[in-house]
Formats: sequence, C-alpha cells, structure tokens
Amino acid sequence: MKLFGRQIPIVYSLFLWAAAWELVGRFAGIAVIPPLSAVFATGAEMIPTEKFQAAMAVTADAYFKGLVLSVAVGIPMGFLMGVSKTVDRLLGVWVNIFVSAPLTAVVPIFMVLLGIGQATVVASVFLFSIWAIVLDTRAGVKHVNPSLPEMARFFGAGPWRIFHRIYLPAALPEVLAGIRLGLIRAVKGVVIGQLLIAIMGIGELFELYSSNFLFDEFWALLLMVFAFAFATAEAVGLVEKRIEYYAKTR
Amino acid sequence: MPQAVLKMIQTPAEMIVEVDGIAMRYEGGVQALKGVDLKIPAGRLTSFLGPSGCGKTTLLKIIAGLLVPTEGEVRIRGARVAGPGPDRAFVFQDFALMPWATVIRNVAFGLELRGVAKDARHEIARKYIAEVGLAGFEESYPHELSGGMRQRVGLARALAVDADILMMDEPFASVDEQTRRKFQEDLLELLAKERKTVIFVTHSIEEAVYVSDQVVLLSPRPGRVQQIIDTEVDRSKTPDEIRRDKNYLDRVDEIWAILKTYLR
Repeated sequence: MKLFGRQIPIVYSLFLWAAAWELVGRFAGIAVIPPLSAVFATGAEMIPTEKFQAAMAVTADAYFKGLVLSVAVGIPMGFLMGVSKTVDRLLGVWVNIFVSAPLTAVVPIFMVLLGIGQATVVASVFLFSIWAIVLDTRAGVKHVNPSLPEMARFFGAGPWRIFHRIYLPAALPEVLAGIRLGLIRAVKGVVIGQLLIAIMGIGELFELYSSNFLFDEFWALLLMVFAFAFATAEAVGLVEKRIEYYAKTR
Repeated sequence: MPQAVLKMIQTPAEMIVEVDGIAMRYEGGVQALKGVDLKIPAGRLTSFLGPSGCGKTTLLKIIAGLLVPTEGEVRIRGARVAGPGPDRAFVFQDFALMPWATVIRNVAFGLELRGVAKDARHEIARKYIAEVGLAGFEESYPHELSGGMRQRVGLARALAVDADILMMDEPFASVDEQTRRKFQEDLLELLAKERKTVIFVTHSIEEAVYVSDQVVLLSPRPGRVQQIIDTEVDRSKTPDEIRRDKNYLDRVDEIWAILKTYLR
C-alpha cells in the first residue's frame, strides 16, 4: 500500500478499519454493532471470569483432541494413498467428497451416534480438519522424487526406514501445509460442533450472548476466536518458512 | 566342478559379474531385454552403450538388484543376486540427493544405513568429499551446488560404502559439456587409485570409449548384446593425448558405424 508516495505497512489498514468500526458503533446507533472500544473493554472483563475460562478449557480440550486424532489418522492415510494406487482408488472418492461437502450437515448424525457431549465436538473437529491433512500428505508423497526411495533401498534401507528417512522429510512441506489448513478448519469444527449442541463451551456462550442481545460480549468472543485461528495458522506458517529452502529445490 | 576350475585358469581376469539369460518384460508388456548373456571382468571399466530405449539402464538396475528380471539370473562372484547388496554401489542419473540434508550427511547416508557410527562415517565421508574435489562444501545443501558438483556428491556417496563394484547410470547426462570432460578425467584418475570394477551406462560413444576398457553394445529394444568391443585405450597417456589418439578415434568410428544401422 502506498500513500503520498510512501510505503505504508499493511497493519495500518487494520487501524483504518478499526477506526471505521469505532465511528459506526458510536454514532450510527445500531444495536448489533457496539463501538470497538466497548468490545475490547468487555473482552478484558470477560477473560478472568470463571464461566469464560471453563468454556475455553472445554473448547480447547475438544479442539486438541480432535486435531491430534486428525493428524494421527490423516498422515498415515494420506501416505498410504500416495504410495499405493489401490488405497488411493479405494479412499480417493470419499476424501474428495468430504473435503468439499457441507460438513455442518453431518454433525447432527454425530449427536445421534455419540450423544450430546464432548465426543460429538471432538468428532466434529476431526471431520472438519482431517481431509486437508490427508490430501496434502498424499500430494507430498506423490511429489517425492522416485530416485530417493530407490536410492535408500539400494543402500540397504527397509520399508520403515524408507518411510521415516525419505518419505517423511521429503513430504514435510506439504504435510505442514496440510496441518496448517487442518488447524484452521478445526476451529470451524469446534465452533460449529458446539453451536449445534449449544450447551457447551464457546457454543454455549455464543448462544447465550446472541439470544440475550449481549453484543459487546458476542463480538469480543468472536474476535478472540478469529485471532486464535489466525495466530495458530501463522505459527505453523513460520515453521513452514524455515523448511521452505528445500521445498523449493525438489 | 572341474569345468569351472578350468575356466578360471584359462581366463586371465576374474569375471566378477555374470549375466545369464536375462529377459525383462515390464508390466505394460514392453519387452526391454531378451536373452542377455554377459561377463564383466573384475577391476576394469565396462560401459553399456546403445540407442535410447535399448534397456541399458534396466540391465544396470537388474545387476544392482533394484529390478527383478522376468527370466535368467545375475551372479556376482558366483552368488545369485536377489537384491541390492554391500558389494555394489550406485550413482544415480538424477543424483538422488536428499535436499534436506547437507553434503556430508548425503555422502555418509549409505554408511549410516549400514549402522556405522556418526564420527566414523563422517570421517570417511570427509575423505571422499575431498577426493571428488568438494572439500569445503561439507555443510552445503545440494541446491547450493551446481549440477556437476551434485553428481560428485553422488559419486562420493557411492565410493564411501567401499563396494567392489561401482555402477553408474548416465552419470554425466545432466551435466554441461565442460563439466562433463573435467569430471570424466577426474573419475579416471580416481578409479586408477581405487581399483574398482566399474559398470557404466552412457549414450555417448566418445564417453564410452574414453572412460571404458570394454564397451558392450546393446541392440534396440528388445535389447540384447550385439557386440563387445575392447577399446584398448592406453591409459598411461594424458587425457588430451587419448582424445587425439588414432586408436581412440578408430574405435569411436567403428562403434558409430554399428549404431548407425539402428537408426533406420
């Protein structure tokens, strides 16, 4: 962005929009849009409350459990799809359907199967996040130069060592990209899961705030969720940058 | 086996590799090789030469144990080849270097897979990195090196495992002409010291004659041994003398005359 011939850092555009929000909130008199300063003040008051912290704890628990499950299942699954044509044909259709399907509609089935509780939210996180991890791992494995596993086999490596000494590091850039997308989609999964259940974690809070017209609280919570999703994705992005030097040279 | 004993007495050089009735048919039905019989003498440089698609690389990979032939068998010192083994080392056409590992880790990789301790394998790797002329680049990554330097890393990795048989699959194919010449000269110098059996795949006639003692000419697909030509190149001469030597030039012409008949 350039202003009067000088380079303006991109963060300044954020300040611009924040200022616009503040003005609309103060002078437009729309109940749904409180001034940004009020949202921040409410947010600061909310964080130390017991109710908020309990909601966060239960949300974080579901988020990480679902995510760990996604990574633990998604990476081996994507790997197998990458090396075996049979597995790829068997699972490829389903993975491609799920990656583009409106998964929100599936969550009620989990409620029936797993009951209205934490298990359903974990399943929802898993369902939202796994597909990106599977597809990116698969793409990463498919990109591996076939000479490398052949070379390792020639110098005496067995299947396990070929996997963890060649395929894993070679596919690491794509695997990390998949995990980054998975982290973002897992936030979606946890919020949607809890919203549909409506009695747990931040889903309960959202429900509570919106039905009682507590828009300061509502926006504060929303901003925190957004910030969390953004920050986790950026954190993985940093790790990705560190290994980019070899991703480019393959 | 009195016949085998007799044979050993009669032949001056030990035949370290024996290729016996090899045929190779790929899954799609492509017949790459058919009825290949061949003996490769120990301690000498043998090259496989032929038109593209004649199965030179397939034959090399069968000897390496990386491919299983449809028919026939390969024996090394009389023992049947069932897979890769420590008696062989391979230099890959596209280098096959791990881009996430430094030069020294790449060179030491073969030793690492064989369970050699870190200090010991790095010491050996350092020695061969110096021998191929890459001293000072131990901590570089492959993408920081030129194509010719990368192939030297591949060569150092193959030398580091100290196998008797060194196999090279068109090692200079992806290297520019000047680098290629220098590399060929360095390779010959290095091999004179190392005393290894070298099997070499190339599609360049000049290269085959220049770097090998015997050239195995393969026919177009399905590949079979057409002719084996002793180059009789006098290795005591300097590289420039060899390239102008009448004998060298005659051999190149002779092989070209045969290969030309394939091109119709």
